[in-house]
Amino acid sequence: MARGLDAVVLDAPVFAGLDEEQAVQLAGCARTTGWDDGDTLFREGDPADAFYVVRRGRVALELFVPNRGALTIETIEPGEVVGWSWLFPPYRWHFDGRAVGAVRAIQLDGACLRSKCDADPALGYELMRRFSQVMLERLQATRLRLADVYAVPR
Amino acid sequence: MSVMTPSTYLVSERRRETEDTFTLELEPRNGGIDAPQPGQFTMLYAWGVGEVPISVSAVDDTGRLVQTIRDVGAVTHKLCALEQGTTVGVRGPLGRGWPIDELAGADVVVVAGGLGLAPLRPAVHALLAKRELFERLVLLYGARTPGDLLFLDELEHWRDGGFDVQLTVDAADAEWAGPVGVVGKLVARGGFDAGSAAALMCGPEVMMRFTAAALLERGVSAERTYVSLERSMKCGVGQCGHCQIGPTLVCVDGPVYTWAEMARWLSVREL
Repeated sequence: MARGLDAVVLDAPVFAGLDEEQAVQLAGCARTTGWDDGDTLFREGDPADAFYVVRRGRVALELFVPNRGALTIETIEPGEVVGWSWLFPPYRWHFDGRAVGAVRAIQLDGACLRSKCDADPALGYELMRRFSQVMLERLQATRLRLADVYAVPR
Repeated sequence: MSVMTPSTYLVSERRRETEDTFTLELEPRNGGIDAPQPGQFTMLYAWGVGEVPISVSAVDDTGRLVQTIRDVGAVTHKLCALEQGTTVGVRGPLGRGWPIDELAGADVVVVAGGLGLAPLRPAVHALLAKRELFERLVLLYGARTPGDLLFLDELEHWRDGGFDVQLTVDAADAEWAGPVGVVGKLVARGGFDAGSAAALMCGPEVMMRFTAAALLERGVSAERTYVSLERSMKCGVGQCGHCQIGPTLVCVDGPVYTWAEMARWLSVREL
């Protein structure tokens, strides 16, 4: 028997432990999606009207630099979340997203979720708490990379 | 022979691993030192220049030594430039290595950062040589760029031998199709039973601090998380005190410690 989207949503670590009712609410804004290797998911400046939970494959977050091409800033792996720009005005992507290999993901509609969060502050708080954790982990990892820990001490 | 007297070894091969890292294969001229255990190190003496502690990056029972060196200072610059047929002084083997036999029955997670794979490589070889004694074997390896990854030609053999090898880099080039991010992020992806797993880790100290936190958060115990430390070592035999950290001397009590032993000392900035 096919599993419902609410069960699939709960598989994502970022949503682990949500109660059943909240999972159903999320599933109401969710659909499965996918891309082939090299496909562009979104471009810098595009409306960020969704976010994704990667289930298979890898998503590269890229920054296009004139005369250098696309620089991969970070990759998002299975179980991880792509995108938090849907949460904050002006709701636009800050980087490009590109599929590395065949990617399968859950897509969650940003406007749909925001309206549900407005109507249900408990859900809104829960999502904000979980996305804050994701942002904290990314920020710490970025700071660690900025520290260039592999550099030769001078 | 005194532990302070170097044995003479012939450089039988010199390989460039990355832009600034070389591997020397050394053959003993007159008997040489005892065979190192995985995780032990030697003091390599560039005649007339000086002596530095260097990781043993492969061991065998023929007496041959394999040591991997990063060109970062006067002595290592000289060592990295040694040509085939020249000689070098060797003292050792020194220190306490990886407790391979104590890991039997467990999942083993090997976590390496940059040059940290060099002292872990003999552990990888030992784990593969006794593959049947261990459950899942996982290697999480991170480096600054794809060009800084060591021993790439061996990684496929390790995969074939049963290692789940996962690589990541801090900064990618256009050819790199693997993960981009810190090595600690690979810990979260798992592939091992954290509750019973043991971890062997070596890399820059900051990387080890953050990665140890990730391992502990996943449920790997501090007593089963082993780290190899680098400190300023001079005598190598616990006499000079240069490598003291807390109550221990890294050259004789380490370089391998459990995280439970070492975590509090690594948080003391004055040490």
